[in-house]
Amino acid sequence: MTTVERQQWDVVVVGAGGAGLRAAIEAREQGARTAVICKSLFGKAHTVMAEGGIAASMGNVNDGDNWQVHFRDTMRGGKFLNQWRMAELHAQEAPDRVWELETWGALFDRTKDGRISQRNFGGHEYPRLAHVGDRTGLELIRTLQQKIVSLQQEDFKQLGDYEAGLKVFQECTVTRILKDDVDGKVAGVFCYERESGRFFVIEAPTVILATGGIGKSFKVTSNSWEYTGDGHALALLAGAPLLNMEFVQFHPTGMVWPPSVKGILVTESVRGDGGVLRNSEGKRFMFDYIPDVFKEKYAESEEEGDRWYEDPDRNRRPPELLPRDEVARAINSEVKAGRGSPHGGVFLDVSSRMPADVIRRRLPSMYHQFKELADVDITAEAMEVGPTCHYVMGGIAVESDTAAALGVPGLYAAGEVAGGMHGSNRLGGNSLSDLLVFGRRAGLHAAQYAASVAENRPVVEEAQIDLAAAEALRPFSAEGPDESLVEGGPVPAGGRPAENPYTLHQELQQTMNDLVGIIRREEEMSQALKKLADLRVRARRAGVEGHRQFNPGWHLALDLRNMLLVSECIARSALERTESRGGHTREDFPGMDRAWRRVNLLCQLADPTGGLAATDPVRGQIRLVRKETEPIRPDLLALFEKEELVKYLAEEELFE
Amino acid sequence: MRGAGRAAIAAPHLRTDRWWLQPAVTFAGLLAFIVYSTWRAFANADYYAAPYVSPFYSPCLAENCAPMKGGPNWEIFGSWWGLSPALLILIFPLGFRLTCYYYRKAYYRGFWASPPACAVAEPHKTYTGETRFPLILQNMHRYFFYAAVPVAGILTYDTVLAFRDEDYEWGHMGLGTLVFLVNIVLIWAYTLSCHSCRHIVGGKLKHFSKHPVRYRMWQWIGKLNARHMLLAWASLISVALADFYVYLVASGVFDDPRLF
Amino acid sequence: MSTAASTAYEAHFKVWRGDTDGGGLEDFEVEVNDGEVVLDIIHRLQATQAPDLAVRWNCKAGKCGSCSAEINGRPRLMCMTRMSTFSREETITVTPLRAFPVVRDLVTDVGFNYTKAREVPSFVPPQGLGPGEYRMMQEDVDRSQEFRKCIECFLCQDTCHVVRDHEENKGAFAGPRFLMRVAELDMHPLDEAAEQGLDRKRTAQDEHGLGYCNITKCCTEVCPEGIKITDNALIPLKERAVDRKYDPLVWLGNKIRRRTES
Repeated sequence: MTTVERQQWDVVVVGAGGAGLRAAIEAREQGARTAVICKSLFGKAHTVMAEGGIAASMGNVNDGDNWQVHFRDTMRGGKFLNQWRMAELHAQEAPDRVWELETWGALFDRTKDGRISQRNFGGHEYPRLAHVGDRTGLELIRTLQQKIVSLQQEDFKQLGDYEAGLKVFQECTVTRILKDDVDGKVAGVFCYERESGRFFVIEAPTVILATGGIGKSFKVTSNSWEYTGDGHALALLAGAPLLNMEFVQFHPTGMVWPPSVKGILVTESVRGDGGVLRNSEGKRFMFDYIPDVFKEKYAESEEEGDRWYEDPDRNRRPPELLPRDEVARAINSEVKAGRGSPHGGVFLDVSSRMPADVIRRRLPSMYHQFKELADVDITAEAMEVGPTCHYVMGGIAVESDTAAALGVPGLYAAGEVAGGMHGSNRLGGNSLSDLLVFGRRAGLHAAQYAASVAENRPVVEEAQIDLAAAEALRPFSAEGPDESLVEGGPVPAGGRPAENPYTLHQELQQTMNDLVGIIRREEEMSQALKKLADLRVRARRAGVEGHRQFNPGWHLALDLRNMLLVSECIARSALERTESRGGHTREDFPGMDRAWRRVNLLCQLADPTGGLAATDPVRGQIRLVRKETEPIRPDLLALFEKEELVKYLAEEELFE
Repeated sequence: MRGAGRAAIAAPHLRTDRWWLQPAVTFAGLLAFIVYSTWRAFANADYYAAPYVSPFYSPCLAENCAPMKGGPNWEIFGSWWGLSPALLILIFPLGFRLTCYYYRKAYYRGFWASPPACAVAEPHKTYTGETRFPLILQNMHRYFFYAAVPVAGILTYDTVLAFRDEDYEWGHMGLGTLVFLVNIVLIWAYTLSCHSCRHIVGGKLKHFSKHPVRYRMWQWIGKLNARHMLLAWASLISVALADFYVYLVASGVFDDPRLF
Repeated sequence: MSTAASTAYEAHFKVWRGDTDGGGLEDFEVEVNDGEVVLDIIHRLQATQAPDLAVRWNCKAGKCGSCSAEINGRPRLMCMTRMSTFSREETITVTPLRAFPVVRDLVTDVGFNYTKAREVPSFVPPQGLGPGEYRMMQEDVDRSQEFRKCIECFLCQDTCHVVRDHEENKGAFAGPRFLMRVAELDMHPLDEAAEQGLDRKRTAQDEHGLGYCNITKCCTEVCPEGIKITDNALIPLKERAVDRKYDPLVWLGNKIRRRTES
């Protein structure tokens, strides 16, 4: 019934952010014909929002820096829950990935001697972040985008076709990963084109998921509309597990006013460059919130903290630069204690710390953002900031070296959608380097895998395509009896009234924000799971008006499936983990428990047949599995002092 | 204007602000200057009142020039030139301003409506911009800049001469001297803030770090260049005022008040 | 700072709806709250009155350049246009970009720009310098860095009358954004295009249509990033083309000294 166009490619990259583009470049350079599919226009990915920089221990500003120090900082930041091998590879390879960008035309800010300048950031021992003002993500995306264009120009010269070896399918969405019925290997993806609503299938033996995060399941978020957890859900539905989904990072400083921009990020560079946090009493409250594990590393007095900016070798850094989870919780506590700002945040002040022209030069987009969106001049008054959902540390469980997803041959994941690298909390700046390091690795291994099965490509069965098409068209028939409707056209809603997808989305965001937010309690999370089940049933009736051409209501209805799946993963894992660590804070279990360090929580689809999204409201869609983590390699453990390790590791781990 | 597949909107624009104000003001201002300067350039009279010479007539290069003691009048053109001597020299500042990147914007918008204002449809069927004759000659701007520098130099000399009294005694100042001073400062500021100047001084370099002096000059000119529009208008008005002042004194409408 | 005394009101909107087959302005009455931007209102229309109203957006913070449209006839980012800049009585008209083919409602086909992007030859890395060996001074990268602030919202491409009013020029003219890209590369301190036989100064005019630009500065006026496109990119590029083609002093100098390298 459906005739869906099929195209053949070697590697399909889903997502065109930093990780996706880096993967595509690598795959193409390995000789694989590579297709990139992205929901937005090429070059608009959420990576452009990254401001601070790319963490890489190049040692340009302080030559004491090296990969071992970076590794140590990353593990500390993640409270030792990181997949240590990923943290190791990341720290080792990040400098090469940054330098490579320069050869593709990137222009970072410079040091006096002409090298790449590096700036301080929370949790990093040395100035480590390569940056371009406060628009580093934009530079990263543009550089990768232009590198792709340059590869396409090469293809054009040789083959007369820009898109012979590397093609970007803009404004297309993948709704299903297709697998070979026989051996369960990845066989391709099912997509629709947003512009026309047309379906198409890309047949490929490898799929790299690089779809980013899940922030759009929360009400207050710094994430863009694309962040609906598509990759997470696609992997789950394809049979791959998600790892440690309870760890969601709330960035301490998002805008809190006006309401329409609530959540938009205020870069950590504001604090890295000297900005301080104060409560309504004018107190620099962060000095009261330095946890024991970090006591020796942070300044005890304002004077010492202030001296650090000038003389970092003989002073300790101010506590405003603690890892993000600590700062976010501290702000949360201040606001709860009634010492917040008028619009429910705290004050972040640079105006009293730097001259106006320095602020405008070093933080141009922040200046612009507050001026344009909030009518606040940050060179003259303090900003109001509060926590905002920013990043998910959890994600698709992957093999550390190859970025291959567990259990589904041919499936890879890189970037935010992959889990493990950042443990329970990500350091600022480690995200952009993560994209590059593991984007490249995913592209490399996917291309190799694709070449190895070139003779024996998996087959996409027509039946799978029909199922996927029916699922995608469901919102048009919203509980109507006729599921065979295919080609466009408004359909009169039959029987019960259809649900408004926008309303469902708002309820979901409110639920996650209120019940599975920055501070978590058992009862609330159980309540959240009930609410999610209810939403899931209602989402089955989500209906849309109009036709298939660029219909945002339809797109949202399809994204709801993904958000609901991912939200359930977060809520279930968060309920299960009875400790507080990094981005997961339980009011009822406030302490970090060393026994939990070794436990990874894997989410799997409860109904592994992978049919249409489950309909039973009582049983959830997600099953949790506990998996013990591998012991950290001894030479890596030796990078830490024993006194530090005892805070994180259980006795028996120390003596292994 | 409608291209294939564009949104079907018939209105040539949907702007609700007073977008026509700016081109209208530009048009009026430039037109006023053109009328005034044409009259004065062809008048061939009342352009010298010791010690002041109208900037429209300096340097004065024909035999029929009024005698100006110490002034820049060289009889390069012989007696055959019977028209106003202003026409000989005005070519250069006129060309400089006509090809100036700011004035181009101003008259393309104000006179030619190409476009009248941003996102307001222009009335022309075809458009080739500055790709072919005659507008490709706009690329000559740099030569007019080269020519404008000595002209500004001569006007500076005129300003120095204005520190005399009507008997050519040095060390005096009148109201006219002040007018000339203001004018010459604006003329220089306009001339040096020119985009071509900015390019020649440093903009053409690939590595500023290897040319620190030119880099500093480029930065300085860049700051002036940011005010090029303002300087274009200010110097246009000041040059007309300087001329008008000479006219008033020369035609005896009033006497130059002497300061000392 | 404005205080949050809730001051919701009903605003009049006219939004263009339609597709390639035609369409028109549709009237809406819609609630507006304190601190909102035009994109918030469009989203409210989607959620309450017109669920299939097509609009392209992404970051909602002025960083991605997706939500370009024309508001009261002026090309702008919807996410950076605050409602407080309009009076409450005013009717606010929102249309798609008018220089590009419409897809549906406020969404246009901006493929023109991606085609043009491909036509600009990429950065040519210096030979003999490996990764990590690049040395560039801040003052040498400042100029190109300004141009790299571009978020590719394509408002400059939309407003530029060369293509907005003359569809037939689209083939020959790269538009302000991509002429600026040429300038960016020509000013890149390590770009070796010239050494490889690619003269960007010349191709700017010969292949990317620099001569069509009549420097009327609308691109600079609409740039949400405040990039001085005309003064810092297009005019310097024109001057560089003059160096190559119209300046006899430079021509003579080159004859004498072969090629100047600074």
